[in-house]
Amino acid sequence: MFRESHKALIALLLVTGYAGYSIHIYTDLPQANVEQHIQVEKGKKLWQSYNCIACHQVYGLGGYLGPDLTNTYSLKGPAYIKAFLESGTNVMPDFNMNNEEMEALLAYMEDMDRTGIASPSSFKLHLNGTIEQ
Amino acid sequence: MVPLNNKSNPTAAFLIVGIILLLTGMCWGIIGAFQYVIPGLFKSQLSFERIRPLHVSSVVFWIIITAVGCTLYYAQEHTGKKIYSVKLLKWQWALFVLSVLFILITYILGIFGGREYWEFHPILALPILISWILCLFNFFKTTGTIKKQPVYVWMWFTGFVFFLITYIESYAWLIPYFRNNVVNDLTIQWKSYGSMVGSWNMLIYGCGIYLMDKMSGTTTYSFSKIGFAIYFLGLFNLMFNWGHHIYTVPTHGYIKHVSYLVSMTELLLIGRIIFLWRRSVKENKKHFHQSGFRFYVAADVWIFLTLLLAIAMSVPAINVYTHGTHITVAHTMGATIGINTFLLLAVVFDQLNPVIRKIKNYNRYLLPGFWISNVSLIIFWVSLIVAGILKAWWQVHHPEIPFSSMMQSLRPYFILFMITGVTLTAGMWMMLLPVLKQYFVQRIRVKKRMGILYNRRRASLHTS
Repeated sequence: MFRESHKALIALLLVTGYAGYSIHIYTDLPQANVEQHIQVEKGKKLWQSYNCIACHQVYGLGGYLGPDLTNTYSLKGPAYIKAFLESGTNVMPDFNMNNEEMEALLAYMEDMDRTGIASPSSFKLHLNGTIEQ
Repeated sequence: MVPLNNKSNPTAAFLIVGIILLLTGMCWGIIGAFQYVIPGLFKSQLSFERIRPLHVSSVVFWIIITAVGCTLYYAQEHTGKKIYSVKLLKWQWALFVLSVLFILITYILGIFGGREYWEFHPILALPILISWILCLFNFFKTTGTIKKQPVYVWMWFTGFVFFLITYIESYAWLIPYFRNNVVNDLTIQWKSYGSMVGSWNMLIYGCGIYLMDKMSGTTTYSFSKIGFAIYFLGLFNLMFNWGHHIYTVPTHGYIKHVSYLVSMTELLLIGRIIFLWRRSVKENKKHFHQSGFRFYVAADVWIFLTLLLAIAMSVPAINVYTHGTHITVAHTMGATIGINTFLLLAVVFDQLNPVIRKIKNYNRYLLPGFWISNVSLIIFWVSLIVAGILKAWWQVHHPEIPFSSMMQSLRPYFILFMITGVTLTAGMWMMLLPVLKQYFVQRIRVKKRMGILYNRRRASLHTS
């Protein structure tokens, strides 16, 4: 049996480690934190209010009915995205967005695109199981 | 352990709402599966961006509310005391159920505002938070200290506390500092989600261990060194292995390395399962005739399969292939249905035993339902893995092929997972509908009896 003091010590060590790790991540975020342009902020809100993530992915996270949209802005261009937003597809509904909303969403997708490359084919795999981009 | 008087079981309402959410949630899932096979189905009324959260939230809430109800029930049995405050419990239940109801209605109406898995408007997160704090208070007051307690009490404490921490953390995006950059936002989002899943697993596994003790009549495991060692290993993983969700996100390298190393400690669990295989098969055969124990055995098999897949997916070089494919869905289905749901059903069958044993010829529904759902789940799981492998090949080696062509090539597997999704749901309905029916029939009978007694008493008072 574990002694009560040993259990408390292990728990304390783990909790302290978790708190320290969390604080470290909060204070040293992975990417530079610049203030978001008002249009990008609006686009992000629209992205959430239309629940785009239910069908699409960002860096492979999200739903799988539609394609990953992380780098669609640079790969296909804003006109291509706008064509989909204007009338939908046989799967995607037409959300009846006005031009202002579409421009905001495009600004958000452009901002998202700048953060990195999402394609799994861009990764270099190492024999020890780690990856590099 | 002091068995409770089930007639006055105040936590049964949690389990019943949970079962209703599970059964309806699976139906939303079937509609979603049909939408994969028939593009554009219900596009103008209930398109996929509404169906997916309806399905996911219903089943996630099934897991959470049932885990809470089951834990509070066993906390009473374990301490031999009644819950600290039934009034508080009722408030907690009402707040939670009303919030869930509101959330599901907003989804149907297409009102969102949150993020993946918590798509509801953030204002609706508040009553859930309050309900959880009430629950935490009631639990602490009922169980008291964790000193000299068995491992399952430690697990319940951990589950309740860490759910609160990670739930609050999952709303860090409301602060612009965390929200302003997609990569920063995703890092914190998956940090919280990864640990949150671990926290409800603590509640469920804790109940599972308690049930095993109850059935075997010994507490050897729950006070043993190995029991606590596995608990601390689980806690270690809960805290630090969440990074495997974001290996392909350009976040800090150390987050990925820490997660990779920590996840590999789960190999110890796989080793232990294999080492104890023969003994568990023998034990399982002994108790298999008991209705609830069947779910326990099914969960045992699913723990092994899901853990194998999880460990493989935790290797970054493999994760590059599996991430963003249906292999991830297969893993989630194995974990939420195969492990969480089956373990919870084992516990629910123990706690609702007074209701279940009154169902006439229940084995006529239970046995076929059990086998239909398990066989369906295996085929469902395999079809998702095959679809995932094909998508993985496409995204790594042939990204030039259009997305729609790739999806078209996966159609046979989508049809298979749609069919088995229907049979899986049918199996669950077969097992659980008689339980709901019997519960409500008994409730109506009790109310009628109370009414008759009340009227008789009034009449006798009048005559005297």
